[in-house]
Amino acid sequence: MTGFAWRSSGIRRDLATTTSAFLLGLILLTLFLKVAGFDAGAAIEALWRGSFGSWYDFTSATLVRSIPLVLLGLGFMLGSRAGALNIGMEGQFALGAIAATAVGLHAGSLSAWIAIPLVLAAGALAGALWVLVPVALRLRFGVTEVITTLLLNFVADAALSFAVTGPLQEPSHIYPQSATIAASAQLPRLLVGSRLHSGLVIALGLAAFLGVLLWKSRWGFRLRAVGANPTAALLSGRIAAGGVFASALLWSGAIAGLGGAVEVSGVSLALYQNLSPGYGFTAIAVALLGRLQPLGVVVAGLLFGALEAGGGAMQRDAGVPAVAVQVVEAVVILTMVVLGRRQTSHR
Amino acid sequence: MIGDLLTAAVRVATPLALAAIGEMLVARGGMINLGIEGAMLAGALGAAVGASASGVGAGVGLALFAGVATAAVFAAVAVWARGDEIITGTAVTLGMIGLTGIIARQHFGLAGVGLSLPTMAAVPIPGFSRLPVVGEALFDQSLLTYLVYLMLPLSSWLLFRSRFGLELRASGEAASAAAANGVAVRRIRTLAVLFGGAMAGVAGASLVLAQVGTFTEKMTAGRGFIAIAIVILGARRPAGVAAASLLFGGAIAIQYVLQGQGGVVPYQLWLALPYVLALLVLVLSARRRGVGLEGRPSSTAPAA
Amino acid sequence: MTLLALRQVSKRFGTTQALDGVSFDVAAGEVHALLGENGAGKSTLMHIAYGLMRADAGVVEVGGRATSGFASPREARRAGLGMVHQHFTSIPALSVGENIALAAGWHATGARAERRAAEVIAQLGLPLDPIRLVETLSVQLRQRLEIVMALAADARILLLDEPSAVLAPSEVRELLHTVREFAGRGGAVVLITHKLDEVFAAADRVTVLRRGVVRYSGTLVGQTPASLTRAMIGADLPRTSRAEVAPGAVVVRARALRLADAPALNFEIAAGEIVGIAAVDGNGQRTLLRAVAGVERDSISGGDLDVQQPVAFIPEDRTREALITEFSLTENLLLGTHEQSGAWIDWSAQRARTCELLEAFDVRATGPDIPASALSGGNQQKLIVARAMAQHPRVLVAEDPTRGLDVQAAAAIHERLRDAARHGVAVLLHSSDLDEVLELADRVWVMSAGALRELPRGVSREVVGEAMLGGIPR
Repeated sequence: MTGFAWRSSGIRRDLATTTSAFLLGLILLTLFLKVAGFDAGAAIEALWRGSFGSWYDFTSATLVRSIPLVLLGLGFMLGSRAGALNIGMEGQFALGAIAATAVGLHAGSLSAWIAIPLVLAAGALAGALWVLVPVALRLRFGVTEVITTLLLNFVADAALSFAVTGPLQEPSHIYPQSATIAASAQLPRLLVGSRLHSGLVIALGLAAFLGVLLWKSRWGFRLRAVGANPTAALLSGRIAAGGVFASALLWSGAIAGLGGAVEVSGVSLALYQNLSPGYGFTAIAVALLGRLQPLGVVVAGLLFGALEAGGGAMQRDAGVPAVAVQVVEAVVILTMVVLGRRQTSHR
Repeated sequence: MIGDLLTAAVRVATPLALAAIGEMLVARGGMINLGIEGAMLAGALGAAVGASASGVGAGVGLALFAGVATAAVFAAVAVWARGDEIITGTAVTLGMIGLTGIIARQHFGLAGVGLSLPTMAAVPIPGFSRLPVVGEALFDQSLLTYLVYLMLPLSSWLLFRSRFGLELRASGEAASAAAANGVAVRRIRTLAVLFGGAMAGVAGASLVLAQVGTFTEKMTAGRGFIAIAIVILGARRPAGVAAASLLFGGAIAIQYVLQGQGGVVPYQLWLALPYVLALLVLVLSARRRGVGLEGRPSSTAPAA
Repeated sequence: MTLLALRQVSKRFGTTQALDGVSFDVAAGEVHALLGENGAGKSTLMHIAYGLMRADAGVVEVGGRATSGFASPREARRAGLGMVHQHFTSIPALSVGENIALAAGWHATGARAERRAAEVIAQLGLPLDPIRLVETLSVQLRQRLEIVMALAADARILLLDEPSAVLAPSEVRELLHTVREFAGRGGAVVLITHKLDEVFAAADRVTVLRRGVVRYSGTLVGQTPASLTRAMIGADLPRTSRAEVAPGAVVVRARALRLADAPALNFEIAAGEIVGIAAVDGNGQRTLLRAVAGVERDSISGGDLDVQQPVAFIPEDRTREALITEFSLTENLLLGTHEQSGAWIDWSAQRARTCELLEAFDVRATGPDIPASALSGGNQQKLIVARAMAQHPRVLVAEDPTRGLDVQAAAAIHERLRDAARHGVAVLLHSSDLDEVLELADRVWVMSAGALRELPRGVSREVVGEAMLGGIPR
């Protein structure tokens, strides 16, 4: 009944499936580009150059893009493990960014040790609050979180648009963006001469933490039980699905909101209308490609970060719209859905 | 003012209703296809490409084909390979955003600004279009609006009077029992999904050719998802779907009518209104029918 | 004239040879019983005849034409076969008429179909209203509808797969009467059952299957219940009897307990006794069991229910309600006792505990880390019983604990339940198999329309059956 309870079938097999899904995506993209009349060779070359072409590209483009993808991928993973499909991470990301900006703009008088945690906490809280509505509607009225989280993305988009043209607009009121947040609220850079910021540490740390939590703690056991079979969890484990489901979805939203805060305080340093090029959806592909395992999500996040970074270069150098990489993402998701199904139905 | 709003509401409701009628059949088959957003986008691009090449007729035809092709991907993965339908639908929409982006860029050049397409003129129905208040709104619209009027009774007949509808409803209510009665569940569901794709494609055409007049990236902006909310609100019945479409058409049309007038309310509120309305509607309809805690349609499990 | 014949049919599932060169035929005007224990291959054989499954080898002959079997039920219907399944195939949200139209393959639906359905119903002389929604029908009427649906497409060969599972004894008699009438009009009937009295009441011929092989096939002349039992089981049924135990302290007590809108219930269950509930499906026994087990407390609308903890529960559906099939055996065994493990789980200790339990309860598994889905049905059920007993319950509630198991596995589960009672556990049990209730229970309760009645010890099967229908026992 729940969509996917992957059973890991050995790391080698997982790697093979994942790699073939990714390659299939690239091959199909090349094919589509050729058919559409683009110079596919140049596009793929730009894709490579923009992502792994140089140390600078790797750290400043690929790794920087990977950070929100890993964070949001972990968010989706957590929800899915409890059987909750959080399709609204795009909106939670936006709300997290708005809240982080609002706090970050006024954090000038605080030390970085206080300002940064405050900014991140504000983002996480906003993300959790944004998903509170779907949680309440699901528990109280039985409305599926799939549709509600999805619809709230559009509301969040309107809220973001309102924020950058209204209360958070920069002082001159000309551009639809906020002012730069206080220096003390900005995440420190990790490397000299690179845009790579310490959000990477947060993402990796969260992945490790969630791995331990899901597989070693009682909380994680309950969560996985509800996600895999809510009926058996209740009848045989006396675990009420509602509470577990709600906490997983709230934490999923909080992580997505944290992603928005990290993006503002690490990369953009201000609020923009188009802050996310669709991270909330790409992260679904990341989580699935990572087989809903923290380590897998990190690796898949890196791959997709490269794809996003390369997509930017593709648009600049080969005239191919950056959204083209979404074709790869879609193919990856569909392949993983099919292969994941096959493996569980083999028994 | 009321007449203008109503006319705009019907025009905006047309693509919503077309897509919702298709999705209604999909839902009757026990499925939910989030890929109709992608099918609608594909239809929109198909309409733009077809119309710019050889007129609106070709546009509608190409839109229909694009919608069916998109739905075929969903059917292959969700129905035949038994993939999770929510994830599959999301991926199909995601992929279509990318694919339409590539094709649009190649076909219409960089930004696609100033792209002007032949559009479908309003065709007044003699006599009816002169009726007070509702005349212009209902009977001075494009042919695709009249297609909605045609499809509503037709879909009702299809669902409740035809063998196909009986098998579809049986598959949706209890797939394995239907299979035991000799229903080819996957084939029936595939047909419904393809029909839904065709309708979503035509919906995209109506968005481009009878409403906006141009194509832009991601131009459907969640209208496919709203169509799903319409199906739920309309209780999967043609009359309900018609009424719900009009409601959402009105909610979206308000922003066009009121935006020009300025005012104290930020325009983003009007942008958000249809989606907030959709949420409210989901709550109200769940309350009325007491949807189970599962949240998803109960019979999404594939046939044994 | 032979209407349906299967010749040398074989079918293998994994390592199990479900059918091994089975031949079977049924002629016009005849009721041919197909007898065997659960898992003997009866349903597999009929699923092959009906196009739900393909045989690995063998021939299916209908009306003299030999094929390798039908590709789908649709084809089988076209050739004149109709089947009544163990589980209902009518669709609750549709009307009786729509269901008949669906099954018969009519093109017209709506009012015209309802008129045609009314004609078919009238021909069979059944009390069904074509415009009623199936979800409003009683279980017994739904069973009748199944037969109408099977025959609506002018079937000449009727396959009945354990049709009496949900019926009380007197309703079974009526069903067998309908079946005989159909044969009397020139139809052929295959009656799949594991109940001997049905065979003797209705069949002309009988074929006995055991482990996929025909053990007897022929008329009933010279056969006795004992001889057929031997063919079915391979030996005389071992009758284990339990030394009478004086019941201990009361551990379950209900006073004026009201479940939903059912009548108020008063009962007590003592430590060390097995209470068996006999009831036709849908008479409130499920609600009662789950209320006592403490998993559906919402259904209690009034009164008191005292149950001494801990309570262990064996739900009816192994793979959906009892196990998380993709979880490992260790994880499944932890389910229910995980609250005692502390915030962090010590998996190596849990694994060691799993190995002990697998050993103690004779669960055949290759290790503690394999998924529960890798076990056979019998071993899954043993695992579930192991988990229940590892909770050291004072009360054990079991729903249909041997459903779908073969004789050996069922016997092992029975032994565990008796063992639990010997060790002072109060066992509350329901089984859809009346004989299982009578065999295991120290006290027999009958539930009908939500009301509970205790029958005296040693009552006959017929009296229990009467009471299940709401009649007053003599």
